[in-house]
Amino acid sequence: MKVMISAFVAALVIAFAAPPVLNQFGWSSAEQTSTESVRLD
Amino acid sequence: MNKKLLGVVGLLLATLMLNPVWAQDIPEPERSATGGAQTLEDILRRQKQLEVDDSFRSQNLGNPENAPPISAPLGTRGGVSDSENWRAIRYNEIDPSTQVRGPAADVLIQDGGMPWYKLREGPVITYGGGALLAIIALLVVFYFVRGRIMIDGGPAGTTIERFKAIERFGHWLLAGSFIALGLTGLITLMGRSFLIPVLGPDAFATLAAGSKWLHNNVAWAFMLGLVMTFVMWVSHNIPNKLDWQWLKAGGGIIGSGHHPSAKKFNAGQKIVFWTVMILGFSVSLSGLSLLFPFQMPMFADTFGVINSILGTSFPTDLAPHEEMQYANIWHSIVAFIMMMAIIAHIYIGSVGMEGAFDAMGNGQVDLEWARQHHDLWVAEVEAKQGKGGSS
Repeated sequence: MKVMISAFVAALVIAFAAPPVLNQFGWSSAEQTSTESVRLD
Repeated sequence: MNKKLLGVVGLLLATLMLNPVWAQDIPEPERSATGGAQTLEDILRRQKQLEVDDSFRSQNLGNPENAPPISAPLGTRGGVSDSENWRAIRYNEIDPSTQVRGPAADVLIQDGGMPWYKLREGPVITYGGGALLAIIALLVVFYFVRGRIMIDGGPAGTTIERFKAIERFGHWLLAGSFIALGLTGLITLMGRSFLIPVLGPDAFATLAAGSKWLHNNVAWAFMLGLVMTFVMWVSHNIPNKLDWQWLKAGGGIIGSGHHPSAKKFNAGQKIVFWTVMILGFSVSLSGLSLLFPFQMPMFADTFGVINSILGTSFPTDLAPHEEMQYANIWHSIVAFIMMMAIIAHIYIGSVGMEGAFDAMGNGQVDLEWARQHHDLWVAEVEAKQGKGGSS
């Protein structure tokens, strides 16, 4: 179970690390999208 | 006589000097400053009742041959009507100049937007969601009909290492990220229809933004897990004759209950492996296309290849937005198929079979379970251990 938990934590670490790492290479997906553009109607 | 002659000469000179005909000898006004139109001098001459040569405008009636070509800025459209202009814009058959910079800025109207939206909000949600509910219902029925698959004769009490830590890490990295992607993907796809009426728009906005962030970023963990598990297990998942025997025997789950022989992975597990690998690769590609909008168009090229092989007529001239729409629909369809397969995989790996979860839980499975489901693999491991090797 330790391995399972550590893999889940690793997935989250990768998720948090992905944006700054991608930015380093000029590969920002955030520049192409907008977190404020969620339509609600 | 001389006085008369002088008078006539003087009158003649005066007449000549005041005669408007002299105006024609005056140089033409410089009209370059007005682009060929009348100048201040023209106006002043007219006020003085002097003759003005207005040929500069009476003869300036235009020449169709001097019109800018259609391709030039502000060029004439010739015999093209407004409706034809808009039709060309609608079907992206124009080459517009725009001050907007960035991807797809030269597409003024994208005709496929509404069909895509209706497909996404209609059949994709209806059939995709229905398929998920159907597989869950099917497994519930299967559970009550077949019951939990137990270890015949009970567990041996001794264990054998089924998966090493790195294998379990790769599996759970893939599985954990897939579950997160599946849930956040369903929230993104279905939230507007099903969650806003329950949560309200404000709470859903927060949930949707969080889901989008997690979906976009945990995708990298999924891709890493996919690569890890492929590298570690592909050699064990090459189909062979045993798989056909396993399938004919229903895997020992359906029918006689006799467990067919299998190595490290049986045919059912191989089906899950290749389903995850092929669909996982495909969903990753379409996901990358969505993650970096307009940067990775791939459907026009794919359709071209399919058309050349199958003789089909899929569209190969796609607007950038159409590429994104195809990627979005394909991403959803493939994800639904994967979710169906994985739900069945989760069932058989947990409540559906006694002793199965241990393989990925702590890596140690009961020896009797291993002999019943993977007898050839147990023999291989024991042979290696007998020679001082490891599994």
